[in-house]
Amino acid sequence: MQKTRRWVQALWVFLLNGFWGFPMTGNLYQGPLKVVCSPGLNCYSCPAATTYCPIGSLQQLFLGIRFSLQSSTYYVGAFVLGWMGLLGATFGRFICGWACPFGLLQDLLFKLPGKKYSVPRLFTYGKYIFFFVFVVVLPLLVVDQFGMGKPWFCKYVCPAGTLEAGIPMVLLMPDLRQTLGWLYVNKLIILAACTIWSWVSSRPFCRTICPLGAFYALFNRISLVRLELDEEACTGCGACHAVCPVEIRFNEMPGSGECINCLRCMSDACTFDAIQLTVAGYGIGGGRTNRKTMSREKSANDLD
Amino acid sequence: MKAEMKKSSGNTTFFVLLFFLVLWLIGLALGEPTRVLEQAKSICLECIGIG
Repeated sequence: MQKTRRWVQALWVFLLNGFWGFPMTGNLYQGPLKVVCSPGLNCYSCPAATTYCPIGSLQQLFLGIRFSLQSSTYYVGAFVLGWMGLLGATFGRFICGWACPFGLLQDLLFKLPGKKYSVPRLFTYGKYIFFFVFVVVLPLLVVDQFGMGKPWFCKYVCPAGTLEAGIPMVLLMPDLRQTLGWLYVNKLIILAACTIWSWVSSRPFCRTICPLGAFYALFNRISLVRLELDEEACTGCGACHAVCPVEIRFNEMPGSGECINCLRCMSDACTFDAIQLTVAGYGIGGGRTNRKTMSREKSANDLD
Repeated sequence: MKAEMKKSSGNTTFFVLLFFLVLWLIGLALGEPTRVLEQAKSICLECIGIG
């Protein structure tokens, strides 16, 4: 299952960054796909990006909301929030586990050898603060002398933007190098810190900083596609705790906003068929019925 | 009891999906995609820590 997940993650990297003509054009993708929302955090200023980043777009709409209302255009972020909500209510944080390019990077970094540390639980509330303060409140309320806000999260924090757009753009457009200042250095430091942290802890950015993860986390309990626990089948053995990359106790808090739905607990740990993948309430993977089918297939393969 | 909870969760999912679908349609009707496309087509230097 984890091998499949890795392939799906890689596929999403290429789907979201499919414009490989940028070295020739010297510019980013300008086609109509850019009106489609990227499910994961993927900077739209990345030269290869084919979709828009919901967090970046939302901030852009919020920071210009005064001008928009004055000019009677009413661009208040409904389209972007609608996309985000539809994705969240359908998939919850499956997107984090299966379709986010920056999530894949963190997964790969964590595979590097070395001593590993857990992420303090208190830090996991940080992502909600980043979403509310840096994506919503500051772009909306703090304005310059012209009445324009700033994309606070993109500008001061987002390491995905630095990796996917900041560094490539500086390499692609040498003229930009003259304009680099402390802001760029600050973003490089954040990227370096996230990289090192991802090496020693599992998915630290997703768990503590990512505003998109925070938004999707709100839907994990009610999303159309989700993991469910069969309380009767669960023995409380704790096998699911040991394999969880985000250190949650699935049997104690099914539907937790922290769960990135990697399915490791269902496929690699639970031998009691207590965890099931459901779509609109119907089981499609794991659980008692599916486990029986899988066992039969396994026996048949063993016999072969 | 369990079936009732499942049904209520299903209803919540449906209403949340409906809410965001309506929001998305409102955005579409207001012409927001044009603005989103404009932004996404241009390099936001400020957004990537340059300038």
